[in-house]
Amino acid sequence: MSAGAPSGPVGALGTAGVLVALLLLWELAVWAFASSPLLLPAPSAVVADFLETPGYYGRHALYTLWTTVAGFGLSVVLGVFLAVLVVSSRLAERLIMTVLVVMNSLPKVALAPLFVIWMGTGAEPKIAIAVMLAIFSIVADMVLGLRSVDPEAVALARVHRASAWRILWKVRFPNALPALFVGMKVAISFALVGAIVGEFVGGSAGLGHVILVAQGQFDTVRVFAALAVLGVMGTTLFYVVEAAERIMLPWHVSQRVDGR
Amino acid sequence: MTALAHVSLEVREGEFLSLLGPSGCGKSTLLRAIAGLDPLTEGRVLLHGAPVVAPPPGFGMVFQRDVLLDWRNVIDNVLLAAEFEGRPHREMQPRAMALLDRFGLAAFAHRYPWELSGGMRQRAGICRALLCEPEVILMDEPFGALDAMTRDDLNGELARIQQEGKRTVVFVTHSIPEAVFLSDRVAVMSAGPGRVVKIVEIGLPRPRPLSLREAPEFGREVARLRAIFAQLGVQKA
Repeated sequence: MSAGAPSGPVGALGTAGVLVALLLLWELAVWAFASSPLLLPAPSAVVADFLETPGYYGRHALYTLWTTVAGFGLSVVLGVFLAVLVVSSRLAERLIMTVLVVMNSLPKVALAPLFVIWMGTGAEPKIAIAVMLAIFSIVADMVLGLRSVDPEAVALARVHRASAWRILWKVRFPNALPALFVGMKVAISFALVGAIVGEFVGGSAGLGHVILVAQGQFDTVRVFAALAVLGVMGTTLFYVVEAAERIMLPWHVSQRVDGR
Repeated sequence: MTALAHVSLEVREGEFLSLLGPSGCGKSTLLRAIAGLDPLTEGRVLLHGAPVVAPPPGFGMVFQRDVLLDWRNVIDNVLLAAEFEGRPHREMQPRAMALLDRFGLAAFAHRYPWELSGGMRQRAGICRALLCEPEVILMDEPFGALDAMTRDDLNGELARIQQEGKRTVVFVTHSIPEAVFLSDRVAVMSAGPGRVVKIVEIGLPRPRPLSLREAPEFGREVARLRAIFAQLGVQKA
């Protein structure tokens, strides 16, 4: 495993054990200090609230999930395309990298209201904000991957008179896949942040909206329940990308079982 | 910086020519120029009388590192040469398999490069260079990174392959015995700036078994080349 929780059944058990212990400690602390549920509800109360209206959380979670995945998918497609342009032409490199760096140094969350003005309160601004947050790591890592190719592999291709496109497709692109997955693992979390920010600034669906409404009603239990669902969603998405990496790159050093 | 100066060299059809010299004598630069990879700033490379400005058809190349792609198994790495040239994959498959068999790699055709030893990887690289029936094979210190025993093995195999197909081979090395064992002619090169000092014909009969290297006439050829380097001040006699 290249990143994340320790691997193996023992590691997974250990992780679960730590989580359960922390929840128990939390439950005990709430009970011992009799804190107001307005400030810190007990985990049991949060679970109970979720089980009372699972459909409500499910519906909003699905909405957040789809805007996140759409934003992530778009940033991968667009990011890979931009990265190919960047490595193919000096002019494209100057243009694209300048725009991306300027865009990335802006606090992008501050641009969210603008997207609502432009695109309304539907799914589009959420997806757009998710793309804006996620795309930078895709482009940056993909460019690195496309560039860090063995010069002798390119020389070999040239001896066999391969065109630049064929070299890109047969050598550079597969060579860049491990780097692309590094970017994708960062991007999937950023896409979720983007979707939530989008839901904060407009619209009436998604877990971000649930949190905002619950805040207005001082319904702390509901805020925590939505956060828990978000946590599970974000973790699952990360592991889905990692599983895809393992399936697609069995040849890569990081995936070799015996560590050779 | 001048890597090469006043090099004049003719490669004859079907011969095994070695470029022999110390590091920095420009032998790899010369080889890359012959391949049409890096154009010369001055001078020309001619192939059948026509100037070489880009890689010409009918060349195969073997590098010091095997340059196998990690994500392809051995046979797909061999077939890469055909794919680069845009030849149909399916037609070349039997030939690729036959080459792997010839080099004792048939059982490893569907293994990945990282599962192979250094010698096996370099054999696969040679199979790839041979796949498209090249007229000329360029080899840039192909056995430099291998252990001495594997190197001997591959020297023997290369000598056989070259004789079978009567292929033209240009071989870069800094090992005098290797050059003597394999070559019809040896171009002795020297550094600062890189140049061809002398072209030596190797008068040993073919076929040459590995045991030839114990023979006195082999020792004499090696000594003759050593003497040239000693004169140049590269090596002590």
